[in-house]
Amino acid sequence: MNVRFDHKAILKLVKPQSAVLELGCGTGDLLSLLIKERSVRGQGLEIDEQAIYACVAKGLNVIHGDIDSGLAEYEDKSFDYVILNQSLQQIKHPDSVLTDALRVGRKVIISFSNFAYYKSRLQIFFRGRTPVTGALPYQWYETPNLHFLSITDFINYCGLKKIRIERRMYISEDKRIKLLPNLFAQTGIFLADRGL
Amino acid sequence: MKTKRIDKREDGVGVVETQYFIIDSLTLENREKIEHVTLAYETYGDLNENKTNAVLILHALSGDAHAAGLDIEQKNPGWWDSMIGPGRAFDTNKYFVICSNVIGGCKGSTGPSSINPATGRHYALDFPIVTINDMDDAQKRLIDHLGIDKLLTAVGGSMGGMLALSWLVRYPDRIRSAIPIATAIKHGPQQIAFDEVGRQAIMADPHWNSGNYYGGPLPAKGLAVARMIGHITYMSDMSMEVKFGRQRKNGTQPFKFTADYEVEGYLRYRGDSFVKRFDANSYLYITKAMDNFDATQWRPLQDSLQGLKTKVLVIAFKSDWLYPAYQSKEIVKACKRSGIETTYCEVDSTYGHDAFLLEIDEETHLISHFLKTVFHEYETA
Repeated sequence: MNVRFDHKAILKLVKPQSAVLELGCGTGDLLSLLIKERSVRGQGLEIDEQAIYACVAKGLNVIHGDIDSGLAEYEDKSFDYVILNQSLQQIKHPDSVLTDALRVGRKVIISFSNFAYYKSRLQIFFRGRTPVTGALPYQWYETPNLHFLSITDFINYCGLKKIRIERRMYISEDKRIKLLPNLFAQTGIFLADRGL
Repeated sequence: MKTKRIDKREDGVGVVETQYFIIDSLTLENREKIEHVTLAYETYGDLNENKTNAVLILHALSGDAHAAGLDIEQKNPGWWDSMIGPGRAFDTNKYFVICSNVIGGCKGSTGPSSINPATGRHYALDFPIVTINDMDDAQKRLIDHLGIDKLLTAVGGSMGGMLALSWLVRYPDRIRSAIPIATAIKHGPQQIAFDEVGRQAIMADPHWNSGNYYGGPLPAKGLAVARMIGHITYMSDMSMEVKFGRQRKNGTQPFKFTADYEVEGYLRYRGDSFVKRFDANSYLYITKAMDNFDATQWRPLQDSLQGLKTKVLVIAFKSDWLYPAYQSKEIVKACKRSGIETTYCEVDSTYGHDAFLLEIDEETHLISHFLKTVFHEYETA
C-alpha cells in the first residue's frame, strides 16, 4: 500500500502501544496505519456519517460527532496522543480545541497546510487570487477550511500560549524541507505538549 | 457503504421452534421470589467448540423470542429476521444467536397472564413488579444453562438497549461487547408520560377489572388505545407524511367519527391487531419496568464502565424523538469518560424510533463489521 508521506511523518512521532485519539479521522487511513505499524489503541472522532461507515469497515473505534463539542467530554490525559491531521483549519474554535487537546492528550500532534507556502504567495501577489495549491486544493466557495494559518502563525501561537513544541517536521510533496519552511513547506507537522 | 439488501424470504434460518427453559426460583431486585419461572427462547446457528460465538438478542416492549426464521406454523417471520441468518448482520454461519422473551411478558415466558402455582389462578396483579435488571437476571440464568461463559455481544433496540446496558453495567465480565440501539440510560419525563397515558388507557377500560379479566372479555379498547399512542411515538412526522399524508380512506361513512383518514385507519388496525397478540397486564408491567430503569441507579455510568475491556457500539437515529440521539450520546459520554473503546453512529433516518427495525442496511454494515472485530479479538485473546 502506498502510504502518504505526511502519514509516514506522523507515524515517526508515535510510540508503540500508546493510546491515540484522532480528531477528524475521516475514513480512518491514518488511524489504521497507526494500529498496524505501532499497535496503538486507537479512537477516532468524525463528523461525517459515511466516513463513520468506512472506519467501522476497517475495524476502528470511531465516534460520530463534531470536534468542537466532542473533545470536552474526555478526562484529562485520557490519551498519549491527540492527533489533529488537517482538521485544525476546519474547526470552529481552534483555540479552545487545542487547549482541550493538550488537556486530554499527554502530547498533541498537529498537521496542517501552510498558507504561506511560496506558491500561495505567488498566486496572491501576482494573480490577485485566493491560492489553490496541492495542499490547499479548494476554491474559496467550496473549501471546508474555516481558518488559514501559516507555519509561522502556529509557532507564534504556541509561544503566546506557552505550548512547548517538542518536534517539528516540514514537508512539501514527498520531501522533507529544512530551509525556510514557512516559504517552502506545504505542510507543517508539530509534536507539542504543555511542557512541565 | 451500502450493504446489499437481503430479501426477507430468501436464505433465512428456516422454520424455528420456540424452546422453554425453567428456572426453579428467581429472586427479584425487590427480594420477592417467583417460583417455577418459564423463559421462552429461540436459537439460530451453532455454538462453536470454544463457546466464543454466542450473541444475545434483546427484544423491545412488544417483542418476543421469535426474532428470526418462520415460526412452527410457518406463518410469521421473526421480528428482526432481516438481521439474523446466513450472511446477515448476525451471521448464523458464524454466530450462535439467542433470543429470549422477557419475564413479565406474555409470549411464552412467565408473566401476569401465567398461572400462579401457589393459587392455581392467573397471577394478574399478584405478579410482582419486575425490573429490567430482573429480566436480565432471568436471561443470565438461561445463558448459564446454555454453558456460555462470555457472550460475544448483548444487543437490542429500545427496551432491548436498556437490557443490553443492564448487562454492561451488572455483568461486564460476561460480555465482550454491548450494542445498545435507539435507547437511553433512563427514561425522561416525556417517555414516562407517554407510557403512563398508555397505562391509564388500559386501566380506564371497564373490562380491565383491576387486572382480573382472564377468562372474560379483555380490556381490548384500552390496550388498543395504548398501542395507538405507542405507534405515534415510534414514527416521525416525516415518515407519517410519506406514509399517509392527508389521504382519505375509501368507502361510505355511516358515522360522523369514522376513520376518515388513512392514518386513523392505520392506527385502529394496529391497535386492534395488537390486542390479539398481547396481554394488557404485561403492557403495564413492562412499561413500568422501562420507566423504572436507570443504568446509573447505583453509581455514575462512567464509574461502572471504568477499566472495562468491553467494547461498545451505540447506534441512534436522527428522526427518533422518542429516544432522541442526545440520550444515546449520554451513553457515549460515559464511555468516553471511562476510557472504554467506543463506536457511535447517528444514522440519518426519517423513520423515527421505528428506524431500529427498518434501517437494515446501515445497521447490518455497522454491526457485522463491529462483531467481526470483536470476534477476532476474542478468538486471538
